[in-house]
Amino acid sequence: MSDAAHADHGHHDHHHDDGGAHGTMGSYMIGFGLSVVLTAVPFWLVMTGALGSAQLTAFAIMAFAVVQILVHMIFFLHMSTKSEGGWTMMALIFTVVIVGITLSGSMWVMYHLNSNMMPHAVMPGGEPGMEGMDHMAPMSHHNMNGQSMSGME
Amino acid sequence: MTTHAIATPAGEAPVFYVADEHDHPPGQSTMLGFWIYLMSDCLIFAVLFATYAVLGGNYAGGPGPRALFELPLVAVNTAMLLFSSITYGFAMLATEKGKVGATQGWLGVTALFGLAFLSIELYEFANLIHEGAGPQRSAFLSAFFTLVGTHGLHVTFGLIWLATLVVQVGRYGLIAANKRRLMCLSLFWHFLDVIWIGVFTFVYLMGMLR
Repeated sequence: MSDAAHADHGHHDHHHDDGGAHGTMGSYMIGFGLSVVLTAVPFWLVMTGALGSAQLTAFAIMAFAVVQILVHMIFFLHMSTKSEGGWTMMALIFTVVIVGITLSGSMWVMYHLNSNMMPHAVMPGGEPGMEGMDHMAPMSHHNMNGQSMSGME
Repeated sequence: MTTHAIATPAGEAPVFYVADEHDHPPGQSTMLGFWIYLMSDCLIFAVLFATYAVLGGNYAGGPGPRALFELPLVAVNTAMLLFSSITYGFAMLATEKGKVGATQGWLGVTALFGLAFLSIELYEFANLIHEGAGPQRSAFLSAFFTLVGTHGLHVTFGLIWLATLVVQVGRYGLIAANKRRLMCLSLFWHFLDVIWIGVFTFVYLMGMLR
């Protein structure tokens, strides 16, 4: 709506109806300052190991990343619930949900798959692929027997 | 039934659309459309991040992140991208004020920082490949090169777009169409910086903690 109105007017006459998607010098500098701090601290934490525990550091830098992404969205991408009648926010929420499912789902499933596969994966030089092939031949043979067995039972 | 018969005169095919369409000014829906493109791009990166999360520990007896990554180099790279973000912001502020020269100048500075970022990344990639840690060495390195390389490819195309817009703004001035294009590239550029936050946190910093 505001874009349509803007297109009808000239370029310089109506700065106020640019749709509010622009930042100001102040907002850009605040965003930049926050980003510098939110980038420098995680690097410092990892390079010096100031927190001691690796797990604690991992949680801390993840928290910093989430906050910095929010800072970028507000101060650089000018996200707001009102832009484009709320549709950009709807698209963003949908994407965040899908990204969350993709990331957490992949890690969850693959972690369990890996931990259940451990006995085979442990051998370092054992070429699990070849081992699998060896198992395949007797398995299929067994299967054929199994079919006749089930017929008998 | 009867109302339908009345609405369409006998012998004439029914019309299933509004005959006199209301006015669509050019570019009215561009910003929303571009935002939806960015969200779909976000899904591409989500898949690459998920792949890296799953395969990131499979070194195949090769070198791991601790042996390969140089955090000071990554920190410099991150700074380059962050500087390019703020200088693009200055270009947008100049655009709003209608200053053609300042817009082009800040876009040029942004391009320089973008080029510095790409050069450092290519230097890092070349070093890794030279050390025998190329993308074919292990699943971890395949996933690493795909994720970081895709981001680098986006920056490359962003730079081409940037150069195009500098020429466009020089030739046609800050017309409505060019302003719209600058807005789209602004979203694209800042979006790449957001992706990079994920890259340096999950790939580089977390890699050093493994």
